Amino acid sequence: MHALWFAILALMLTAYVVLDGFDLGAGIVHTFVARTNEDRRTVLAAIGPLWDGNEVWLLAAGGVFVFAFPRAYAAAFSGLYLALMIVLWLLVLRGVSIEFRSKVDHPLWRSAWDSVFAISSTALAIVLGVAIGNVVRGFPIDASGYFHEDLFGAARSRHPGAIDLLSTVYGELGLTALGAHGATFLAWKTSGALGVRSVAAARRLWAVSLVLFTLATALTAVEAPVFARHVVARPWLLPFPMATVAAAGIARASLGAGRPLRAFLTSCGFLASMLVATAGALYPALLPSVIDESFTLDAYNAASDRAGLEIGLWVWVPAIALSIVYFAYLFWSFRGKAEGTHHHY
Amino acid sequence: MNALGWSRLQFAFTITYHYLFPQLTMGLALLIVVMKALGLKRSGTRWNDLARFWGRVFALNFAVGVVTGIPMEFQFGTNWARFSNATGGVIGLTLAMEGLFAFFAESAFLGLFLFGERKLGPRGHLLAALMVFLGSWLSGYFIVVTNAFMQHPVGYAQDASGRLTLASFSAFVFNPWGLWQYAHTMTAAVITGSFVVSAVAAYWTLIGQFPEHARACLRLGVVAGLIACTMQIFPTGDRQGRLVARFQPASLAAMEGKFESGGHAELDIIGQPNVEERRLENPIVVPATLSFLAYGSFGATVEGLNDVPRDQWPDNVELLYFAYHMMVGLGTLQLGLMGGSALLLWLGRLERTRAVLWILMLAFPFPYIATTAGWTTAELGRQPWIVYGLQRTARATSPDLGAGDVVFTVLGYAGLYFLIGILFLWLVLREIAHGPAEPDAMASR
Repeated sequence: MHALWFAILALMLTAYVVLDGFDLGAGIVHTFVARTNEDRRTVLAAIGPLWDGNEVWLLAAGGVFVFAFPRAYAAAFSGLYLALMIVLWLLVLRGVSIEFRSKVDHPLWRSAWDSVFAISSTALAIVLGVAIGNVVRGFPIDASGYFHEDLFGAARSRHPGAIDLLSTVYGELGLTALGAHGATFLAWKTSGALGVRSVAAARRLWAVSLVLFTLATALTAVEAPVFARHVVARPWLLPFPMATVAAAGIARASLGAGRPLRAFLTSCGFLASMLVATAGALYPALLPSVIDESFTLDAYNAASDRAGLEIGLWVWVPAIALSIVYFAYLFWSFRGKAEGTHHHY
Repeated sequence: MNALGWSRLQFAFTITYHYLFPQLTMGLALLIVVMKALGLKRSGTRWNDLARFWGRVFALNFAVGVVTGIPMEFQFGTNWARFSNATGGVIGLTLAMEGLFAFFAESAFLGLFLFGERKLGPRGHLLAALMVFLGSWLSGYFIVVTNAFMQHPVGYAQDASGRLTLASFSAFVFNPWGLWQYAHTMTAAVITGSFVVSAVAAYWTLIGQFPEHARACLRLGVVAGLIACTMQIFPTGDRQGRLVARFQPASLAAMEGKFESGGHAELDIIGQPNVEERRLENPIVVPATLSFLAYGSFGATVEGLNDVPRDQWPDNVELLYFAYHMMVGLGTLQLGLMGGSALLLWLGRLERTRAVLWILMLAFPFPYIATTAGWTTAELGRQPWIVYGLQRTARATSPDLGAGDVVFTVLGYAGLYFLIGILFLWLVLREIAHGPAEPDAMASR
């Protein structure tokens, strides 16, 4: 039951990164690939009907997290107080920028929101990577089951803070990987000069992502020994990083070959295999403690009562089935290339 | 003020601000379904134009509601870690269900409603509106049931460490407190929706713009408003009040400013509670009515705060007292206004009675204030508990969180929300000025 809920949480977070990832990524490359107002409206029209539903996966995953593992939820969110609040502000600004931009036809109004959209998307992608880097490295959790982590530690401090070398590399990887994902999405959903520039941006970002992925993997082995030990002890994990590397290569090649849909699907596979491998190597830990392994909050000691989890499963299964139907229908109804001039954005 | 006080202030501010938006979204969602249904039946494009116009207002509201809603769910963890730790195994379920069952439907079908009218056809478009309505009302249910658990915890078990776990799904999800609280909350949302629709219609009528559309909106707003304002008081408000009397007697005593226990308790219309001296100053009262309203009998004993241990009093009796009285006062005023407007409408004179149109136009903030006061009553009345009788608010905060961190974020939210509020108002006013004409006609949007 505990392993199952760990898997459910990992699955929902993966779905969030894959889905919201493409609209975050579109924001990252927005000002680079979309030069004219028409192009920018096209980018927003491509993600407009979808971004809000994508973000719901984060909320739903948050709900699943607090329901299944309340101790870990309480520790993580209070321990990373400022970091999370900044994430929330970025999410607020980003949502507003997408919806407000189209409402007023004034060049300064529009470029202001374009910048807010691009900057908040970029920062969020970095923060997502930093967050994963932190989970991989661990937190200063003590016997109380809580911790408090600064954003960045002073040189003298016992603990480096949320932003250190490892998490910075993860942050950069988050930025380039989601940027590549978003540019690939735009390559699929748009045409003309915008489509061409998206292909070029995506190909470049895929190459950088591959380099950063290798660097992050190597650094993890040094900086997060427990995590690395799990990887070695679980040979079934090995295909996942290999799939990650292969997916980046295939996505890049498919873009070159003019097969953007295949590129986008492999791009989803790239992110999914990377996250599944991370979750698989972490298991059963949710928040590893760097102070003492016995303080680690895991899928067993941080979980809700078993009877409650069983009830939750009866709710989750039909809910997720229904959500998949909604999403399939939504993506189907907005199939085809997006065009700025014929839409609301 | 310490981290506890600032965390309470931050939650109160962010939730109050957030709820300015969903109350209109939920109220409008129902009215838009009615517009689409009328559009299907009646000839002419009037109702469909209006559905599109209110859909645009809805979309702006929805966007701000969504972005200000995200911090709410996460604040349970950031500022109230010991609360999430103790109760997450119960309330996490409804929070997750809100996302899975309600938000997915709402966001998916809102996209279709806003962008897909041509593709979907009239019936499909009505169906999309209906799904948006169901999604938004369902999300309201999950949130109200979560709050109802904090007001009146049911369906849980407690383990050795004091953490709450889910024992009965149906007891938790069909909490009797939650059912009436939901009905009361939803009729309030319809009141907000109908007051906003009526205000815009009154404005158009007063300046002589879009007469066809204004007439339709005025009729819909006033009729829906009268029905909702009536239901707000009876049965939903009445039943909610009885639940408070039965399960939170200390809260009732503070709401009514009652310090002395006794039968034939009088209902005070207004007064000023003096908590130091434990009396109500300058009270204007109706004899024996409180006993009747709370317990159905004029002789029934109502417990006063003097018989409640001091450490179980709501910690802000004064604010609770005034919040409650503002809610009740405005609720009564709203019923009077909608009742009068409905009478004029029935007589066919509403459109010519400019004084009443002026009042309708300017009265739209009332339901927002009443709703805020109502939630303030519910939340202050529950104090000093975060989960009634089980966990104190003072013991629910994040253990390692300093006041400095929270002051920083309170100020951050204040600045961010102030900016968004101004821009939102400006954009909505533009939409209203533009009216129900096709958006393509709006200077090259």
